[in-house]
Amino acid sequence: MGAVLFFVAATGAVAGAIGVVVLRNPFYSVLALVGHLLSLAALFLLLHAEFVAVAQVIVYAGAVMVLYVFVVAYVGGQAEPLGPRAGHGLKAAAAVLGGMLFILLSIATLGSGLGFMDTRGAVVPPSFGSPTEIGALLLTKFVLPFEIAAFLLLIAAVAAVVLARRRGGLSAVEEQARYSAMDMLRPTYTGTMAEAVGDRRELPKSPPPEPDEDDRS
Amino acid sequence: MDVGWFLAASALIFTLGAAGVLTRRSPLVILLCVELMLNAANLSLIAFARMHGNHDGQIFALIVMVVAACEVTVGLGVIVAMQRRRLPIDVDEMQELRG
Repeated sequence: MGAVLFFVAATGAVAGAIGVVVLRNPFYSVLALVGHLLSLAALFLLLHAEFVAVAQVIVYAGAVMVLYVFVVAYVGGQAEPLGPRAGHGLKAAAAVLGGMLFILLSIATLGSGLGFMDTRGAVVPPSFGSPTEIGALLLTKFVLPFEIAAFLLLIAAVAAVVLARRRGGLSAVEEQARYSAMDMLRPTYTGTMAEAVGDRRELPKSPPPEPDEDDRS
Repeated sequence: MDVGWFLAASALIFTLGAAGVLTRRSPLVILLCVELMLNAANLSLIAFARMHGNHDGQIFALIVMVVAACEVTVGLGVIVAMQRRRLPIDVDEMQELRG
């Protein structure tokens, strides 16, 4: 039973990985990665890592992939020409090098002669990998990595906002859209600092807005 | 199943991810392939945790997932910024910093 499940899940995971690499349309690549992640979660379950499997499905296949889909939709999932620059010779060389990397990794792991390699692993209690055990470890032995991870997530969230924000304020079009009909009924100084200090001079005409950064390039 | 089979699957997935990073040109797909490599490393870590019968590898895999989420967030932010500045979404075209 375990063997059948392993081969089904491993085939799904490898097929998903091939799909990510081979498919031209980035949108299909993202969908292939979702299938790959779900198969990988099944493999994690076979290894008694229940909490990690659930976290994988919720965090990766749920949240991160939604982020990817949004960005693919924003950038525009145009099919990428795999084309003219990488010739057939380069592709053959890439395939050969990839095969050599696989053999190298297999030797590094399988040939290491570790004692448990040909067994099913150590004897573990049924609660191995349950949320209870992982949570207890995260709050006792591994509390420092846990806190650092939280801080890292905060930094990444702030960095993403800073990177993706619109620079140079609102564009002229959006500035115009903010005026309503009420603006024509009141003098320009209403609601300004000048009114607050009792200075009733007319405000000078505002200079023309600077061209937005998006319109340059 | 023997632990060795999981390690072989992990090596295969890692190889596919590395090949994708080296051959694809769209930064979006390159990020996806980096995810593949991180996931292959996660599978190895969890297989080793099962092999030794303690939880350290699983905690390590969770931390790797956090780092991967951060990497995706920042990478996608960079791609959105590239799109805003009308830069080509192609890693071969982005060579301003090449020495």
